Amino acid sequence: MFDYATAAVEAALAAGASYADARVVATRTEKIDVLNQQVQGVDRADALGVGVRALLGSSWGFYATADLTDAAARRAGGQAAAIAAASATVAGPALELAEVPVSQAFWETPYSEHWADVPLAEKVDMLVRVTAGMQGVPGIALARAELGFFDTNKWFVSSQGHRIHQHIVESGGGCDATALGERETQRRSYPQSFGQYETGGYERVRAWDYPGNAARIAEEAVRLLSADECPAGEKTLILEGSQLALQIHESVGHAIELDRILGWEAAFAGTSHLDLARLGTHRYGSEIMQITADATIPGALGTFGYDDEGTPARGVDIVRDGIWVGVLSGRDSAARAGLPPGGMVRADGFNRLPMVRMTNVGLLAGDSSLEEMIAATEDGIYMATNRSWSIDDRRLNFQFGTEVAWEVKRGKLGRMLKNPTYTGITPQFWAQLDMLAGEEERIHWGTPNCGKGQPVQIGHTGHSASPARFTKVRVGVKG
Amino acid sequence: MIDPAATAQRLVEMVGDRAESQATVAVGESALTRFANSVIHQNVADATRTVSVKVALDGKVARGTDTRTDDAGLTALVERTVEAARLCPADPEWPGLAPPAGLAGIDNYDPGTAAATPEQRAALVAEFIAAAPGTDAAGYCDTESEVVGFANSRGQRATGGRTRATLDGIHRVGTVAGSGHQTSQRVAELDGAAVGALAAARFRLASHPFDLKPGEYEVVLSPECVATIVTFLAFYGFNGKAVTEGRSFLQIGEAQFDERVEIWDDPGLPGSLGLGFDGEGTPKRRLDLVRSGVTLAALHDRKTAARVGGSSTGHSVPGLEGWGALATDIVVGGGRASENQMIAAVDRGLYVATFDYCRVLDPKSLVVTGLTRNGTFLIENGAITGAVTSLRFTQSFVAALGAGRVLDLGGEVRFADSEFGPGLVRAPALRLAAWSFTGGAEG
Repeated sequence: MFDYATAAVEAALAAGASYADARVVATRTEKIDVLNQQVQGVDRADALGVGVRALLGSSWGFYATADLTDAAARRAGGQAAAIAAASATVAGPALELAEVPVSQAFWETPYSEHWADVPLAEKVDMLVRVTAGMQGVPGIALARAELGFFDTNKWFVSSQGHRIHQHIVESGGGCDATALGERETQRRSYPQSFGQYETGGYERVRAWDYPGNAARIAEEAVRLLSADECPAGEKTLILEGSQLALQIHESVGHAIELDRILGWEAAFAGTSHLDLARLGTHRYGSEIMQITADATIPGALGTFGYDDEGTPARGVDIVRDGIWVGVLSGRDSAARAGLPPGGMVRADGFNRLPMVRMTNVGLLAGDSSLEEMIAATEDGIYMATNRSWSIDDRRLNFQFGTEVAWEVKRGKLGRMLKNPTYTGITPQFWAQLDMLAGEEERIHWGTPNCGKGQPVQIGHTGHSASPARFTKVRVGVKG
Repeated sequence: MIDPAATAQRLVEMVGDRAESQATVAVGESALTRFANSVIHQNVADATRTVSVKVALDGKVARGTDTRTDDAGLTALVERTVEAARLCPADPEWPGLAPPAGLAGIDNYDPGTAAATPEQRAALVAEFIAAAPGTDAAGYCDTESEVVGFANSRGQRATGGRTRATLDGIHRVGTVAGSGHQTSQRVAELDGAAVGALAAARFRLASHPFDLKPGEYEVVLSPECVATIVTFLAFYGFNGKAVTEGRSFLQIGEAQFDERVEIWDDPGLPGSLGLGFDGEGTPKRRLDLVRSGVTLAALHDRKTAARVGGSSTGHSVPGLEGWGALATDIVVGGGRASENQMIAAVDRGLYVATFDYCRVLDPKSLVVTGLTRNGTFLIENGAITGAVTSLRFTQSFVAALGAGRVLDLGGEVRFADSEFGPGLVRAPALRLAAWSFTGGAEG
């Protein structure tokens, strides 16, 4: 496979590129979807092709083809350079690339049981059993369970001498139960909304024990129909870990992407409220806020050996003692900003241009616990499991809804509440972080559906989080 | 290049009498020229090719896709998909394959767009940028083409093509921006200067925005906002799977909308962007969803149609069966007013250029939260008097279009960008009696 990538790079250079790289990518995916004990779909997809990236002046040109022959790879290289050259009519300052180690390497996700080695019938049977467990609760109309698996081989070659083969294995899934009211629906999910995905094999799925949690979430969904509405007002807010993970993703992870900060995503994904001139001095949150971006965490969804520019995976500080100190970057954006390259550039398949992507952007553990937070709260709300999320294009103004909440009164967990929402402004919200649970409650949550770029690419990102408490948060927003 | 129709037929023959089968083969090219800070910085293209086969063995169904089209690739695809089906439990709702049926001869393919060059896209981008010198212009121009062949073991055959071209961008300085958008079946119809001029005009109007107190305001919504509303209605409400599962607001035969509301789906309308058949090979035709405010139909594939004792409406999307049937050629009926006439009729309200990051709080009531972006303007005494910073709304999209709530409709019905992408909806601007804004830039 390296030969096709090499041919593409050679052709791009011959056509005038100052730098070129190419990835031959073979992906294999499997998705199984079960609703009310009936299989809705078993989809298996394979894709194989080469994508080549050529740099001329201020623009990348990129061309991808599913024809995997020497001639087709060379044509693709030539096309990439020609496309980049066409940009010259609307050109700017030439792009530079930050220096990175030139690696020749092999890296593979550690796994103990490859998902493809687990019989399809076993996986389907488990999902059917999970939905049966949810349907066993009176009042559940829709019991859904799914599994999703990815196996990706990438062969990367650059004109600077990189030659890297990676084999990345990802596994995950989840289940949810929906109860239908006359004018509303209520849903509970496990392990989190949209499923929990991690790097690794089927052992990752087994560890979550979907069947053992099916009845519990179903009972909660039914109870939500008759629960009281989440009250409106300013409250102390305690967030369960997976909701906090999405809060990190949206209000920190995207805001620290250097391509957004530089305006490269301005028209679609948006920009950022962060100003590079304040890197190292801007207060992002309270002093107990410690955020890192670490692509080396075993099992986390944003873990790899090398990014799609061949830069070795690494961990960096993003927020230290509440102060913003780091960004997510690639070779071009880092060079433009005068920062060290982060090794955080990835692409969604062979036919997409690599771009800045979150790795594992997460909160380090604190010294408290969920139990302590509840005990220390006089009047608050504990919210769990995301249901809706929305944030503006500068990553400032957000509103989240969760599937369920519980009232916290005088240090005790009280009545269940439905349709909980909370809203805030990023730096003000994070400044109110005052309690954070410890390592034993910290989970490497995975987000398998992060959209960014044009054409849109779906990214897989990780977010470590444990439950946390925030004071003075506006909750119960209604239309 | 492979022949999509012949390859689809070949796949069905390779499955043979071992199972019911259908195959879809799509071949084309997509290319996108992206600019930011008034410079083209990312310029991409890919020769797309997808081969898909679905097999049913006594109701045991599996689907496989691949990008390889050589003999070994096709054989491997067929064999592993048949094997997967063998291992599945039977689907008691398997509706069988689409019967042979003639197509309406819909052809939405423009050879000029299929052959568009990076130089053409760069020229359109240059025109857009030139409309407002000194701003940081950002956006994209893309062209895509696709020829699709379909075959199934029941004898249905279909082939068709489609093309789309879009120019979309903003003129921006700091946090102030104005947007413009144009989509067509034909790249030759894109007018970079006109799209740039619209974005520039909105940008100039948007300068010096102030924070407006959230609350309920009368609004004039651009076609982009209307397209987002209607895609949410289609994806969550008219979706036959949501209807049959009780998750939709839809009540067939009920006057659920203002009597001015007309919504239909029609890939046969001149200039449309869709294919003449769906993922199951069912021919598409015009489908009226709402007429004079009365809900008339839901979107169905073969499975959900069988649940309600009806026929497929031709809206199956391969790979999205778990979500349900979707419409891709939606039209919202227009009126006679210009946007300026609608603004002139507002005593105090807001004009909104685009919505952003909309998410559903509850699918049944279709309460959605989102933000305004790239142009939000205060209207006082029939004229725009200033720009306001982005606002957050929390609003039921169904209630917003309810009886008495639609005050006027724009005369220009055009392709408008939406939360789910360009080219799905042709819509006019709307004047609505009330829209619930629940937060401002400061929360």
